[in-house]
Amino acid sequence: MAGRPSRCRALATALRDALWLGLLASPLVAFDLVPGYERQPRLHWQLDDLGIIVAGVFLARLAVLVAGCHHLGLRLSQLTSHGRQRLARAWQQGRRWPALTLTVLFGLAAAFPFAPFVSRTAIDVATLAGIYVVLGLGLNIVVGLAGLLDLGYVAFYAVGAYGYGLLYQYCDWSFWMALPVCGLAAGLAGLVLGFPVLRLKGDYLAIVTLGFGEIIRIVLNNWDSLTNGPNGIMGIPRPSLFGLEMSRVARDGGHTFHQFFGLDYDAGHRLIFLYLLVLGLMAGTMLVVERLKESRLGRAWVAMREDEIACAAMGIDTTLTKLAAFGLGAAWAGLAGAVYAARQGFVNPESFTFIESATILAIVVLGGMGSTAGVTCAALAVVIIPELVRELAGFRMLIFAAVMVGLMIVKPEGLLPARRRIYDLHPDDRRSLEQDRQSLAEVHRQ
Amino acid sequence: MLYFVQQLANGITLGSIYALIAIGYTLVYGILGMINFAHGEIYMIGAYLGIITIGLAAVFGISSTPVALFLALLVAVVVTAAYGWTMERIAYRPLRRAPRLSPLISAIGMSLFFQNAVQLAQGAKDLALPPLLPGGFVFLADSRLPIQVSYVQAILVAVTVTVMAGLGLFIRLTRTGMAMRALEQDQVMAALLGVDVDRTIGQTFILGSALAALAGVLVSLHYGLVNFSIGFLAGIKAFTAAVLGGIGSVPGAMLGGVFLGLIEAMTSAYLSTELKDVFSFGILALVLIVRPTGILGRPHMEKV
Repeated sequence: MAGRPSRCRALATALRDALWLGLLASPLVAFDLVPGYERQPRLHWQLDDLGIIVAGVFLARLAVLVAGCHHLGLRLSQLTSHGRQRLARAWQQGRRWPALTLTVLFGLAAAFPFAPFVSRTAIDVATLAGIYVVLGLGLNIVVGLAGLLDLGYVAFYAVGAYGYGLLYQYCDWSFWMALPVCGLAAGLAGLVLGFPVLRLKGDYLAIVTLGFGEIIRIVLNNWDSLTNGPNGIMGIPRPSLFGLEMSRVARDGGHTFHQFFGLDYDAGHRLIFLYLLVLGLMAGTMLVVERLKESRLGRAWVAMREDEIACAAMGIDTTLTKLAAFGLGAAWAGLAGAVYAARQGFVNPESFTFIESATILAIVVLGGMGSTAGVTCAALAVVIIPELVRELAGFRMLIFAAVMVGLMIVKPEGLLPARRRIYDLHPDDRRSLEQDRQSLAEVHRQ
Repeated sequence: MLYFVQQLANGITLGSIYALIAIGYTLVYGILGMINFAHGEIYMIGAYLGIITIGLAAVFGISSTPVALFLALLVAVVVTAAYGWTMERIAYRPLRRAPRLSPLISAIGMSLFFQNAVQLAQGAKDLALPPLLPGGFVFLADSRLPIQVSYVQAILVAVTVTVMAGLGLFIRLTRTGMAMRALEQDQVMAALLGVDVDRTIGQTFILGSALAALAGVLVSLHYGLVNFSIGFLAGIKAFTAAVLGGIGSVPGAMLGGVFLGLIEAMTSAYLSTELKDVFSFGILALVLIVRPTGILGRPHMEKV
C-alpha cells in the first residue's frame, strides 16, 4: 500500500515532536521542589503530568499529520469543500440582499434576550461581546484600514470608561449626557497622540502607542486624588431609558422603569436594556465604518496602508488622513468605554492593561484586517468561547493562546479576509478583459 | 553626590539586564522585521530554569556555590535556547510569507501560552531563591552614605560586558554572524548566495534566547524572586531599550539598555518610584519624535 511508509513516517515524526516537547517541558513540569525544614529542598516527582503532555502532543501532532496526507485528508477536504460551497452560496445569496440579511441577523440578535432558554449570564456575556465588537471595529479603522499599528488602543477605552466615571462622580452627569462627551474626549486623545507620532513608521509607532497605553494606566493608578487610584470609581449608575431608571428604587425625583410600566421589578430588565443598547451601538458602528470604507477618506486610508509615498504623490494629505484614522478609531473606543463603565458599575485601572490591547488587536487580525464581518465574528468568538469553557479554569487561557497561534498558522489572513472592492466595469468591458486575460494565458502557455 | 553614584551603579545594573534582553529583540527584528513579543517570556523561563537548577543542585548535594551557579547558568542557557528555537519552528516559521501582523499575533499568543503554562506548572506565587552570594563591595565605608555594590551586581555587569564584547566579535567574525548580517540586509540575495535562511534564523533565536536566559538567571540572583509575570514588563522595557538605541543595531541595544536603566534608577531615586515607567516611556516617545530611528539606528532610506 502506498499509504504505509508515509503513515510510518507520520508516526515517527509525531513521536519525535512529542518527545522533544516533553523534554522541553520536563524541567518545569516533571517535579516540584518542596522546601524542606533545613535549607535542602526535597524532590517530588510529577511524572503523570508530563506523560499527559507527551501523549497529548503525540496525538494532536499525529492527527495533524494524518489529516494533512492522503485518504483522510482527501475526504476531509471534500467534506469541507462541499460545506464551503454551500457556505459560499449562502454568502452570495446574503450579499445579494445585504440589507435583508443584516435586518434578519439584527432582528435575531435583538430577539435573543427574550428567548426562553437564555440565562442572565448569557445576556451579560453577549453585552460584553458587543462592546468588543465595537472596540474591534474601532481599532479596525486604525490598523485594518489605515495600516497604523496601534498597541495602546486600550488607552482610549480607558479614557471613555473613566470619562463617564469621573463625569458622574464630580458633575453627576447621566450616562446619556456623558456618552457623546466620552466619545469626543477619546477622539481628542487620539488626535493628541496622533500629532507627535505622525513621523513614526510601523513598529516605532507600535511601541510609542504601547507606551502611551501604559502611561495612561499608570497615571490612573497613581493619581489618587482624582481617580481614587487602584480602587477605581464605584457606584457608577446604569443608563436610564428616557429618564426612567433601571433600578429597584429610583433616586430622588426619578421614576423607575418597572413602576412606570406597571411591571414587577426584575434585574433582567436592566441587562436586556443594556444589551439592546450595545446592539444599537454596534449597528451604528458597523453602519458608519462601512460607509466610511467606501468614502473618500476610507479609500485614502487603504491607499495609505498600501503605499504611503504613492498615496502622497496622488495628492492625498497623509497627515490629515492619519489624524482622522487616529481620532475616529479612538472615538469608538471612548463610546465603548462609557458603555463598559455603565455595564460594570465600577472602573479601575486593572481593566485597561496591555493584554486588553493585545486582545483587541487579535480580534482585528484574527477576523481579517479591514473586514467588518470578520472582525465582528472574531470579537464574538474571542469573548464567547472562553466563557463557554469556563470549567477548564486555568487551562482556559492556555487553550485560547494555543488557538490564537494555531489559527494564525492555518489562516494567516484572518477568518474572513476583506475583499478588495472591485469597481464595476461595464459588461462589455468585462468580457473584453476576460478575453485579454485568456489570450495572455495562452501566450504564457506557449 | 554619593547618593547619585549609588544610583548610577543601580542604574547600570538594571541597564545591563535590559541590554541582555534587548539583544534578542534587536537581532530578530533586524532579520525578520517582527516584534517577538514572547521574548520577555523566554527571559522569564530562563529565570525559572536557573532557580530550579539551583534547587536540584541542592537536592543532589552540590554544596559549592560556584558549581551550582555555573550549572544553573549552563542549564538555563541551553534549555532556554532550545525553547527559543522550538518557538520559532512552531509559531513563526510557517508565517514567513504571511501578512506583517500575523507573526505579531502569533507572538502574542506564544507569550500568553508561556505565561499560563508556567503559572499552571509552577504556581502563581513568587518562587524564592536563598541568597547564594550575600555581601558585596562597600566603597567609602566610613562616610555617611557608603556605596554598596553587591557581588551579584558586579557579576551581572561583568558578564554583560563580556558577553556583549563576545557577541560583537561573533557577529563580525564567524560565518554564522556573517550570515546574520547578510540576512539583515537582503534575505533573497543572501539565499541566492548560499545562506541557509531558515537555519540562520533559528540560530538567531537560539542566540537571543540564550542571552535572555543569562539575564533571567542573573536577575533572579539579584532580586531573589521569580514570578510567571515578570517577563511582560521586562520584555516591554527591553524592547523599548532596543528601539531607543536603534532597533537592529547591537551596540544600540546595549546603549539603549543602559540609558533606560539609568533613567529608571534616577527617576525612582529623585522623583517617584510609581512614575518611573511614565518617564521611561515619555523619554522613549521624545527620542523617537526627535530621531525616529533611535540613537544609533541608521536612517531609514525610502526607495521608490
